[in-house]
Amino acid sequence: MTTQTIHASPAPEPSRPDSSGDRVKGGLLDPKMLVRSLPDAARKLNPATLWRNPVMLIVEVGAVWTTVLAVREMTAFAWLITIWLWLTVVFANLAEAVAEGRGKAQAATLRRAKQDTVARRLVGWRPGKAAPVENVPAPELRLGDHVVVTAGEIIPGDGDVVEGVASVDESAITGESAPVIRESGGDRSAVTGGTKVLSDRIIVKITQKPGESFIDRMIALVEGANRQKTPNEIALNILLAALTIIFLIAVATMQPLAIYSKAGNPGVPNTTALDQNGVTGIVLVSLVVCLIPTTIGALLSAIGIAGMDRLVQRNVLAMSGRAVEAAGDVNTLLLDKTGTITLGNRQAAEFIPVGDVDETALADAAQLSSLADETPEGRSVVVFAKQRYGLRERNPGELGHASWVAFTAQTRMSGVDLDGDVDGSSAKDRSLRKGAATAVADWVRGHGGHVPPAMGDVVDGISASGGTPLAVGEVVRTDAGSTARVLGVIHLKDVVKQGMRERFDHMRAMGIRTVMVTGDNPLTAKAIADEAGVDDFLSEAKPEDKMALIKREQEGGRLVAMTGDGTNDAPALAQADVGVAMNTGTSAAKEAGNMVDLDSDPTKLIEIVEIGKQLLITRGALTTFSIANDIAKYFAIIPAMFVALFPGLDALNIMRLHSPQSAIMSAVIFNAIVIIALIPLALRGVRYRPSSASKLLSRNLYVYGLGGIIAPFIGIKVIDSIVRFIPGIS
Amino acid sequence: MSSTTAGILFIGSLVIALVAVHRPFGDYMYRVFTSTRHLRVERGLYRLIGVNPDAEQKWSVYARSVLAFSLVSVLFLYAFQRLQGYLLLNLGFKGVPDHIAWNTAISFVTNTNWQAYSGESTMGHLVQMSGLAVQNFVSAAVGIAVAMAFVRGFARKKTDELGNFWTDLVRACVRVLLPIAAVAAIVLIAGGAVQNFADPHTVHTVAGGTQTITGGPVASQEVIKELGTNGGGFYNANSAHPFENPTAWTNWIEIFLLTMIAFSLPRTFGRMVGDKRQGYAIVSVMATLAVLSVIAINVAQLAHHGTVPTAVGAAAEGTETRFGVSNSATFAAATTLTSTGAVNSFHDSYTSLGGGVTMLNMMLGEVAPGGVGSGLYGMLILAVITVFVAGLMVGRTPEYLGKKIGGREMKFASMYFLVTPVIVLVGTATAMAMPGQRASMLNTGPHGLSEVLYAFTSAANNNGSAFAGLTVNTPWYDTALGLAMVFGRFLPMVFALALAGSLARQSPTPVSEGTLPTHRPLFVGMVAGVTLILVGLTFFPALALGPLAEGIHQ
Repeated sequence: MTTQTIHASPAPEPSRPDSSGDRVKGGLLDPKMLVRSLPDAARKLNPATLWRNPVMLIVEVGAVWTTVLAVREMTAFAWLITIWLWLTVVFANLAEAVAEGRGKAQAATLRRAKQDTVARRLVGWRPGKAAPVENVPAPELRLGDHVVVTAGEIIPGDGDVVEGVASVDESAITGESAPVIRESGGDRSAVTGGTKVLSDRIIVKITQKPGESFIDRMIALVEGANRQKTPNEIALNILLAALTIIFLIAVATMQPLAIYSKAGNPGVPNTTALDQNGVTGIVLVSLVVCLIPTTIGALLSAIGIAGMDRLVQRNVLAMSGRAVEAAGDVNTLLLDKTGTITLGNRQAAEFIPVGDVDETALADAAQLSSLADETPEGRSVVVFAKQRYGLRERNPGELGHASWVAFTAQTRMSGVDLDGDVDGSSAKDRSLRKGAATAVADWVRGHGGHVPPAMGDVVDGISASGGTPLAVGEVVRTDAGSTARVLGVIHLKDVVKQGMRERFDHMRAMGIRTVMVTGDNPLTAKAIADEAGVDDFLSEAKPEDKMALIKREQEGGRLVAMTGDGTNDAPALAQADVGVAMNTGTSAAKEAGNMVDLDSDPTKLIEIVEIGKQLLITRGALTTFSIANDIAKYFAIIPAMFVALFPGLDALNIMRLHSPQSAIMSAVIFNAIVIIALIPLALRGVRYRPSSASKLLSRNLYVYGLGGIIAPFIGIKVIDSIVRFIPGIS
Repeated sequence: MSSTTAGILFIGSLVIALVAVHRPFGDYMYRVFTSTRHLRVERGLYRLIGVNPDAEQKWSVYARSVLAFSLVSVLFLYAFQRLQGYLLLNLGFKGVPDHIAWNTAISFVTNTNWQAYSGESTMGHLVQMSGLAVQNFVSAAVGIAVAMAFVRGFARKKTDELGNFWTDLVRACVRVLLPIAAVAAIVLIAGGAVQNFADPHTVHTVAGGTQTITGGPVASQEVIKELGTNGGGFYNANSAHPFENPTAWTNWIEIFLLTMIAFSLPRTFGRMVGDKRQGYAIVSVMATLAVLSVIAINVAQLAHHGTVPTAVGAAAEGTETRFGVSNSATFAAATTLTSTGAVNSFHDSYTSLGGGVTMLNMMLGEVAPGGVGSGLYGMLILAVITVFVAGLMVGRTPEYLGKKIGGREMKFASMYFLVTPVIVLVGTATAMAMPGQRASMLNTGPHGLSEVLYAFTSAANNNGSAFAGLTVNTPWYDTALGLAMVFGRFLPMVFALALAGSLARQSPTPVSEGTLPTHRPLFVGMVAGVTLILVGLTFFPALALGPLAEGIHQ
């Protein structure tokens, strides 16, 4: 048992992607990454690792065979083909190595946060009882242990705060440098091992098993240590396997036909491509490699890793690739109103005078009575008075003889009592109160005032529209006596975050239904739902209602995504197809969801959906491209193989390639180069804009289908015009 | 009227007739296969074979029923031919030799109707009528039944049940094939096709020699040969024989019959899945490919610049003058686009490229419109493969008609797609590697290769037409082609049913803006494109050494 405490060095803040706009952006490819990943790529040549990728394994087997043939033949053509076949495999490995390299960098950062700490375990701790402390290394902590952590120390493991409040620096995992508050009880009690307590002292109950901490899982995830093929990857692999088998057979069965054709023309001399034993081994391998879907085969795993990585860059941890894919399929988004659709709190939106009160006077009174109200609603009144009526915010100190009445839950009012001549009127004393309509009405009546029925109408109107009414009352005491009256009503309402309507429109265009979930009454909920432009809402929602809604949607074949943070969200998070838990949430919520958002930003669900879609689109686009490429390769290689036998087949050499050797070589080189050229695209993902399926399809079909047919014709021609000058090729 | 104009008129009128008939007839078949009522004669049949017509079957049970029924059919037909010498109406023919009997039994049960024998000099009337013609009906009905079960995979949800094979089989025979065949036979008889039980006539020819002319129940067999996309002719000359296909207008009728069911089934499909537009999309893909093929083959035959074709204006060799070059070419396209394999001219004599098109038609997997039933499920599986790639490009797990195309679905769709190309290519390569089998070729060089390639393509795709030229009546070819037919017919059926079983179990995803629309022209073009590209890529090397090597000149 060591007594030395090693403090983790503060982790460098991971670079944050530019989050402006609502488009999915990916990381850029650093050319240095390619070079740095070369050793990894070479290591992956080991057939034991490569067997996971059957398409590339076949290329490698072919490359081995051509190497043997090249050693026997010792021609420039044979060697050049062999080199390029090996390069094809290396490029494919490189794609995967580069994709993994990014995760490794992230993991290294996390490891630094995970250095062994010494925990101060409380033996037999019970609430309100002092317990002896013993020092143990963090890895020896068991589930249910209690530890004490004070300012400046690293929290030794994941757990829940059971006593105390502390500010915690979680930048090691979230990259966010602003400290967060963690306290016992409620939904803010979870702490993560490896984060640092900045102030105060807390007692933490450990909720992880040794070696299964959140950081351990994060490291495993970003490194892709136990990455498994996702359902869609499996399906795509089946298609690729089928194509590979078809082309292998097409080429293998060509051999007897070629031997027969050659034998039928005994006068034709042997060529590099064709002799009495049929098509030569090197050309046969070249044809197979060009035809089997090497492009997508090489990039498939890189696309998957990069998709997870794009989420990590946005500080979202997906527990499985399956969850990312499911995100692309989501049909229904459940969004909590508060914090996601609306800003956290209600804000003043209107001052409505009652009786003959001037609007500006009401604004002035509302502001004065709110100065002592530190609740967000109170602050919003002051801000609104300034924005709309140009009333400067006054410091409590600048008004003489003012006694401030702070808001309390009992009085449900805040306000101010002013002495003497305040604003040039002859009034002696003036009291202002702002608060719940009934409280203010009672206050006014209590001071002998009369509450006009007009106020009741206004209050009811605001309530009906989904807002919250606050009344402002005034009592003026002069020598003649006192008068009390209601000045007017403040309309507080939920403010929808900017740009939400546009985002929901995008969602609708993508075919995703948005449902707002709120505890508000149906009227309020409807008003906000209309304003935000969501498709549906669930009002007065209890956790079990949310669960029922998810199940109902799933019954109808829909996939549901939601965010949640509280313990009572956990069942719904587990039930949803995509459940994003907020990092600030409870450990129960984090366990239940299949993603964790380290930024705890519920709006991010929308980005997650876009990333999921982009991942699938990238796969589909590159598959299409890969298959479309084959057409040009056939037109290069088939005439090259048989033109000596059937001169008429030269008509198929529509690219007018220089010679049979240069044609075959150009096709092989193109096939290899296209892999490396597409690595950036595979890592970044294809450009994605939220739009309807028809539009997406025609655009991608145009670019990757038609482009995939045309590009190799140009590419092979260009390569041919270079390789024709290599001695021994022309 | 020039031959080109006549050809265009012929094709145009066929298209109009098919467009007119496919909706009412497709709707009729929809009612047939979704009805809950049984006709009295059907109830009798169910009692006879001892099945409960309302019992639903899982995919595996359905597939087992298909296989069991077909096995019994093969055994029966084999025995029937072998024992011919002891039967009535045998016209004095002995029992059929074992390898031919095996090949023929397989051939008729698999709806291929590859004929390694010469009809009029091998089979008596009884075998023709109660052996071969019966299979013409039931093998076609099996195809329709499997197609209906496959469509139910899309139409149903959260179930293991795909319908009842025996009910589908009986209904296809009783309510679809028999009534049309009865009416059409009368039409053909009116057109001059023979229908009698007369003994062979021996006549003296103009040249002074003698010739034996066999009559028989030709018209009745001719009709189902076309309607059921069977193709096995009463006579060796098949639809080129004047007793089978006497005039240009019976030629029109025969093409119409052999395409009408296959072109109408997409309508039935659209009705069954509750979205007619999906049916229109599928029929559009079929029509697009068919029209392209008809044009290609006509162009190849009419515009060929060989010495003789140029002299007579077209590639007339091997065609009947009463049909002309264009109508023969159109028949050739229709018979290879469907799984019929009847011929009214000799594909071996076609221009290299024209012959190449007939091969390509079959290589497409016979989906445009394809055999009765098999064309529909073949095309739908190509649509599934297209949806998989295209669906990814819209950013979702691909789905077709609300059913997700995942690993399991792709496994069956891929295996379905692999079967026939593998059989064709491996079969051709094996034959070409064996000196003995090469000796069967009439021609040397690329044309000889085309003959062998054609034979295996035809057998594996259950077409049954022959390129002629190749002597296939040898034990090796009878066995090899027989195997090609069995595997080419039943493996795809089993995979299709397995796919349907896995689709039926899903509950459909509701359609939204994010769903890939599968009824628009873009999708139609994609399915056609994917079909052409996949097939083109698979067979390009073989075609390059056969028809292309022969047909492209500098």
